[in-house]
Amino acid sequence: MKEIKQNRSVFLLLIILFIGYSYFVYTEGTENVNSPEMNESAIKGRMLWQDNNCSACHQIYGLGGYLGPDLTNVYRRYKDGTKGFFNAGKGSMPKYNFNDTEQENLLEFLKSVNRSGNFPNDSVIETWYGDVEIINGNNE
Amino acid sequence: METMNNKTTFNFLILALVSLMLGMFAGLFSGMQYMLPDFLKEFLPFSQMREFHVSLNVAWIILAATGGVYFYISKENENGLAKGNYQKWHFRLYLLTGVLILLSLFTKNMGGREYMTYSPYLYFPIILGWVLFAINYYKTIVKNISQWPVYLWMWMTGILFMILTYTEAHLWVLPFFRDSVIRDVTVQWKSYGAMVGSWNMLIYGTAIYLMSKIKGDDSIARGKVAFFFYFLGLTNLMFGWAHHTYIIPHKAWIRILAYGTSMTEWIIIGSMIIAWSNSLKSEQKKSSLAYRWLISTDVWVFINLVLALLISIPAINLFTHGTHITVAHSMGTTIGINTTILFASIFYILFKQCTFCMDKYKRQLNFAFYLFHSSFFVFFSSLLYAGYQKGLWVKMVGNKPSFTQMHESLMPAIHTLVASGFLLFVAVLLIAIPLIKALRSQSK
Repeated sequence: MKEIKQNRSVFLLLIILFIGYSYFVYTEGTENVNSPEMNESAIKGRMLWQDNNCSACHQIYGLGGYLGPDLTNVYRRYKDGTKGFFNAGKGSMPKYNFNDTEQENLLEFLKSVNRSGNFPNDSVIETWYGDVEIINGNNE
Repeated sequence: METMNNKTTFNFLILALVSLMLGMFAGLFSGMQYMLPDFLKEFLPFSQMREFHVSLNVAWIILAATGGVYFYISKENENGLAKGNYQKWHFRLYLLTGVLILLSLFTKNMGGREYMTYSPYLYFPIILGWVLFAINYYKTIVKNISQWPVYLWMWMTGILFMILTYTEAHLWVLPFFRDSVIRDVTVQWKSYGAMVGSWNMLIYGTAIYLMSKIKGDDSIARGKVAFFFYFLGLTNLMFGWAHHTYIIPHKAWIRILAYGTSMTEWIIIGSMIIAWSNSLKSEQKKSSLAYRWLISTDVWVFINLVLALLISIPAINLFTHGTHITVAHSMGTTIGINTTILFASIFYILFKQCTFCMDKYKRQLNFAFYLFHSSFFVFFSSLLYAGYQKGLWVKMVGNKPSFTQMHESLMPAIHTLVASGFLLFVAVLLIAIPLIKALRSQSK
């Protein structure tokens, strides 16, 4: 009986810690000065990104499929020229027909992603115990 | 009453095995599209094909684990499953949802997130299914059994956290989460990491149940050691998910806490080595199909834990993140660990129902066992090699080859991956088809 009570107490304690931790992740943990809230156009662009399942082939911060390149900082490299890729249908990429507004929205989304940080990030300091300190750069 | 319960349980398992075969078939086609960019590009491009592969294989894991848990809890409670048609409604709902997911993907009505690309409205029937499962579990187990072995805790935790984490994975519909890139990506991968931990609770609970029943020794599932490892697993589920997001510029404490939590898994590695050296002396039940698959799981658990521990070290993660090494980690877990345990579970259930009904397939299943593990070893190794090559490319500075050139250089590894994937698919067919036949004959 004592063991059952102990197990229940540990379980409840972990649940409470998990709820508290989740709250801090949602708020203070993910505040980022380089990543202000997306504007309306970027939000629409993000929905286009999802509707067309771009993450099946492309990554943001290394997360996504590996058939195409990572697009975290594609805007930094190509600026407005990024739009040229959207309807190109090169290689395995399907031939999309995004209109001008949709292309603008997608570009806004990629601008927001670019602004939020770098990937891959060479500005890191490795510590003796295996951790890395990430030095965040503002890409604006 | 028991026959009725088992019929629906077997339907869960049959649907799971069909999903596995179809999912692997879609996986093979996805692999072909990696090699031949124009292959089915106009009809079903990679962006759709990959999602068939992912959704069907996740369905395999969830349905096979669910079917198994239903079978085992109906045995734990002497009165079988709780009265009411919860299980039947659960099955009907998931059958219908499965069809809707495939339709959603086929008609490009996506809009969801990576791994859950189907229409986000399907969140509702899926979560309702988990709630029905939870009610059934509560009425069958929580109300009737007081001295819980650890697997009952694990199954309860799995169901509860599937509801929580699957809901968390849909928080992106709220502007507070959706409108910040960093918050959105972090919460997405927080939920995914914990969701995998949740279904692992269902599956590892199944493994412990099987071990204790096959050995005829319930002490494996009781006592301080069993609960220590359960709570260690739960801690990792809750706080150890962030190795997917180390590189994202969120607050450092998220990374440091996950790093520290993940390192506690060395304790599991240590205990496995000790347990192995002890089990070498035992010849117990070596001829049992379920036992054989469970033993093979041990090897993959060891390999994958070492890999998971290494990629949880931030300095190493910097090299492996965004490469095929991460895919090796997820394939190692879903195929090497989850699938082998779930095969063991289905073999065990069939053995309980009809002791000799798999005997006529003995040679075929023996061949498939070795084909499965040898082809998966090649599959896993080719992913590690491709990931290592990509990691080197990412780290290059100065005059580095283009993405396309790097992708081309990976082709030998990709060809090996697809060839071994084909052999793995053959092995799965050789196992799944007789299992489906036996389950169908038992459910009549």
